[in-house]
Amino acid sequence: MPEHQLQPEKWVDNYADYLFNYAVGRVSDSELAKDLVQETFIAGLNSAKNFKGDAAERTWLIAILKRKVIDQYRKQNSKKGKAEVRISYTNDEAEGDWLEENVADPFIMGGDDKLENKELGLAIEGCIDKLPRKQADVFKMKTIQGMSTEDICNVLEINPSNLWVIIHRARTALMGCLNESWF
Amino acid sequence: MKISCEEAGHICTKAQYKEASAWEIFKLKFHSLFCKVCSKYSKKNTQLTNLCEKANLQTLDKDTKERMKKALEQQL
Repeated sequence: MPEHQLQPEKWVDNYADYLFNYAVGRVSDSELAKDLVQETFIAGLNSAKNFKGDAAERTWLIAILKRKVIDQYRKQNSKKGKAEVRISYTNDEAEGDWLEENVADPFIMGGDDKLENKELGLAIEGCIDKLPRKQADVFKMKTIQGMSTEDICNVLEINPSNLWVIIHRARTALMGCLNESWF
Repeated sequence: MKISCEEAGHICTKAQYKEASAWEIFKLKFHSLFCKVCSKYSKKNTQLTNLCEKANLQTLDKDTKERMKKALEQQL
């Protein structure tokens, strides 16, 4: 029996947020990201027979999503005309200088910072996924969606002190999980 | 005025969401003066808050998730 098995009926609850964060970090358009996640689930279902069970479910879904993101970039680019780069020298004196000197310095473009945030987001999502379901739900409602204590208590039918115990446990677990790489 | 480490931890977590009272925060600070463990814990807890903010995490809304579930069910 393979080590991992697919459970499509749990995909949305278990992975939708993780995949969505991954997609949003890459296409920076939340509507488009939603569509990509949806397509990923459908594609995953259709190719479930190709799942060999040697990767974890989430890794496998991320691999599909990656393809979807790349396809999306291709689609966008094929709509545009071919990019044309024209470099004109600002003055005659500069003529003959190396073109590379006119290219923006990658270090001042702040690209690294964004990349780090993307990875950070996935690291946190990954740790949240390891929490017990209820802790994960409450933590997300409070921290990410910013719901009020009262609303969460009403929705989940728990009392405030219950809620704080759950959040406290979740945060303690998250600190432990993120410890090695991010603190 | 004296509180246990457990209580201090809970206040600290509440404080991350700005829902601890001034009196509670005072008790926590006072406790942390003498308790290395809690003062370290508070620091980390605050760091976690900063990390979460920096990561700009997002979740899908309920409706979207329901729609996704339905779409999946149709294919199953």
